[in-house]
Order: sequence, then C-alpha cells, then structure tokens
Amino acid sequence: MPPNLTTFLRFQAQRHLRSALRRPGDILNPLVFFLMVVTLFPLGLGPDPDVLAGLAPGIVWVVALLSSLIVSGRLFQTDYEDGTLEQLVLAPHPLALSALAEIISHWLLSGVVLAAASPIFAAMLNMPVQAVPVLVISLLLGTLCLSLVGAVGAALTVGLRRGGVLLSLLTIPLTVPILIFGTSAVREAVLGYDPSSWLALMGALAAIGLILAPLAAAAGLRISLEA
Amino acid sequence: MWAFIHKMGSPPWFFRFATAVIRWLLPIVLLALLAGSLWGLLYAPPDFRQGNSYRIIFIHVPSAVVALAGYYVMASAGLVSLVWKIKMADTAMRAVAPIGAALTFVALVTGAIWGKPTWGAWWVWDARITSMLILFFLYLGVMALFEAYDNKAAAAKACAVLSLVGTVNIPIIYKSVDWWYSLHQPASIKFSGETAIDASMLYPLLLMIAAFYGLFALLVLLNMRSELLATHRQSAWLRTELG
Repeated sequence: MPPNLTTFLRFQAQRHLRSALRRPGDILNPLVFFLMVVTLFPLGLGPDPDVLAGLAPGIVWVVALLSSLIVSGRLFQTDYEDGTLEQLVLAPHPLALSALAEIISHWLLSGVVLAAASPIFAAMLNMPVQAVPVLVISLLLGTLCLSLVGAVGAALTVGLRRGGVLLSLLTIPLTVPILIFGTSAVREAVLGYDPSSWLALMGALAAIGLILAPLAAAAGLRISLEA
Repeated sequence: MWAFIHKMGSPPWFFRFATAVIRWLLPIVLLALLAGSLWGLLYAPPDFRQGNSYRIIFIHVPSAVVALAGYYVMASAGLVSLVWKIKMADTAMRAVAPIGAALTFVALVTGAIWGKPTWGAWWVWDARITSMLILFFLYLGVMALFEAYDNKAAAAKACAVLSLVGTVNIPIIYKSVDWWYSLHQPASIKFSGETAIDASMLYPLLLMIAAFYGLFALLVLLNMRSELLATHRQSAWLRTELG
C-alpha cells in the first residue's frame, strides 16, 4: 500500500532537505556569490551613498535573480545522476508532486535564506530602513516564483551536458514580471508609498506558478529522461 | 475536414500540399508586397508632423504584428505535437522559430531607425520595445533548446513545453512591462471604435500586414518543405515525388 499524497510529499521534502543539509557549502555559496556581486556595484558605480541608495532596490533584486537562477540549475541534478528520478517516474504518485516537493525544499534552502540575509545587503547599499521589511517580503515571494520558473528550465535541461548557460537563456525572459513587481514594491516602499498592490501581484504569480510549474516541470523531466 | 487534418500529419501528403500551395502563394505574396510597398512609400500622403520618416511604419508594424502572432502559431503547433503526437506539427514548430525571430529582429531594427528622427534616440526603454526584445529572447531560447538536444524527437517535445510555458507568460510579461513604463504611442488600429489613422495610410498598411502574413506562411511552408527533403532524402516516396 503506497503512502497517501501528503505523506509522500512530506517524505520527499524531508529527503531533499536532509541531503542538502549534509552539504552546507551548496547553501552558503550562493550567499557568498550574492555578497561578492553586491560588493562589485559600489566598486563600479562609485561609493556615493545617495547614488547607491537610489539604485539599491534594483541591484539587490537583480543579484538575487541571478544567484537564484544559478542555484536552480542544480535542482534535479543529483536525482538525475543517481537514478532517483527514474524511480520517481515509476512511483505510483504523480511526478508533479515529487517536483513540487523538490521545488519547495530548494526554495526553503536558497530563497528563504537569501531573503533572510538581504537586510545586510540593503544596509551595505544604504537603503532606507522603512523599505527593508518590504524587501524581505518581496524576496520571499519572488524567490519562490524564481524557483518555480527555474524548475521548469532545470527540468528541460537536466540531461544536457552544457545546460548551465542554456538554462539562463530559457528562464531570464520568463523572470521579467517577477523582477518588475519586486523592484516596484521596494521602490514604492523607499518613496514612502503603499507597496501592497505589487506584493499582491507577486503573490498571484506565486499562486499560479505553484499550480502550473510542477506540471510543466514533470513534463520536462519525462522528456529529459527519454532523451 | 477531419480527413484533411488527418492527412496533414502524413509527410508525403504534406509535401505535395506544401509544393502546391507554394506554387500559387509565392506570386500572390510577391505581388502584395510590391503593391503595398509602392503604395505606402510613393502614394500615401506624408505625415503632417513626421514628414516622410513615418513611412517605415509599412515595414515596422506588419513585422511586429506577425512576429507576435508567430509565437502563438509555434505554441499551437507545440500543443498539437504534445497532445496528438503528430510529427508534422514538430516540423512546423521548428520552422516557425527562426522566421519569428527574424521578424522580431526586423521589427526591432526598423523601430530603432524610426525612433532616431522621432524620439531622438536609437533605443529607448519603452514598454512595447522592451516586450518585443523579450519576445526575441523567447524565440532565441526555443531555438537554443532545440539545438542542445541530440535526440530530435525529445528536442521537439522540450521546445513544445517551453513555448507553452512562454505562452502563459506572454500576457503577464506584456502587462508587467506596460505598468513598468510607457512611451510608445498606443495602438492606432482598433477593431472596435474609431481608428486613429487616416484611411489613405490605413489601407496600404492593412495590405502590408496581409502581405506579411502571406510571407510568413510562405516562409514556414518553404522551411518545412526543405526540412522534409533533408529528413526523408532516403525515402522512396520522395524519389517518386521528385521524379
């Protein structure tokens, strides 16, 4: 008797979280990347605090988008390499559910961590304090959307040898609305306006993505296994 | 009707169909392009504010319209290929991608050339221009994904999934970029209500749009036909077909 769907989802998520936590480098490296790229901007643009404060929402969001894309390339990689993916395809449960478990646990260890660390980057770029909570919320929702989009791209490229750059080519155009909603929310907060409409739009994106992206990712995984 | 759709899935039948259609579509499209260009470039009146520079509209608007429609054609072909596993739909999807990308590129380049005298800059970060650029990226993504797979059947399926994901995204991208910034004039041709463009300019423009749709269909058929020639070069039916 196979376990029911919620138990299956929980088991899968636990398995991913446990194996990811055994390799803490994979969780910390994106943060270090984030920190390094944020350091590059004052070096390239000059250290003027006012200039940096004006650009901070855009900088933090673009860097978050890039580091989220880079890590999403690893999403199904280990499962593909050790054959777990084939077992999941054969399992009596829908493959979309396994994909959802993988996406959620990936988001918990990349997006949530990134959002939690973002106040540090905001402070380094002289962003006004009243905008920081909005930045964190927008990044929490935004990285979930990015993980969902990235999962579709990762599923389609998991079997390819040179999947890395290709994944960015496929997913960057699809991430445009997320970037626009995220930076607009933070910018409104910096100017002292109400950012809730932008955050609501981002929440809507996340809700649509949670329904559709696992299905598309599952289709992509089946194609990758066939190839 | 169903028999016709069924026959479209067979390579030999489609080859004959494409050859026959190309034979009469080619002269019509060439004639329409020639007539539309001459009408638009020589006989339509100059714009009272932009002078003659507006005449690039007769290339810019048709290519932009067809480029966007082409993405939906590609995605529909992808859906057909995923659901009914018709091989010709794969071929169609593959044939549309480079043509759509080329039309998007033409729209961007003519837009830049038109932007210089009108707005004073080659490139401005306006909502519609940016959306077209993203559409160009979407086309490039599909083409790159197809090239990356060794197994061409799997490549077609992967591209179908990607273009369907893109289709869900296109309205969201357009709306979000629209909220982001807008400098471009709003659409002048509307199906309901008053059009903001004079009839003397509207008719050559509509002719050019129709001609570009014809050109798109012609190029897709030619592309699919050469694809069939390449993949079935060993088949007996192709030898008898070519005599």
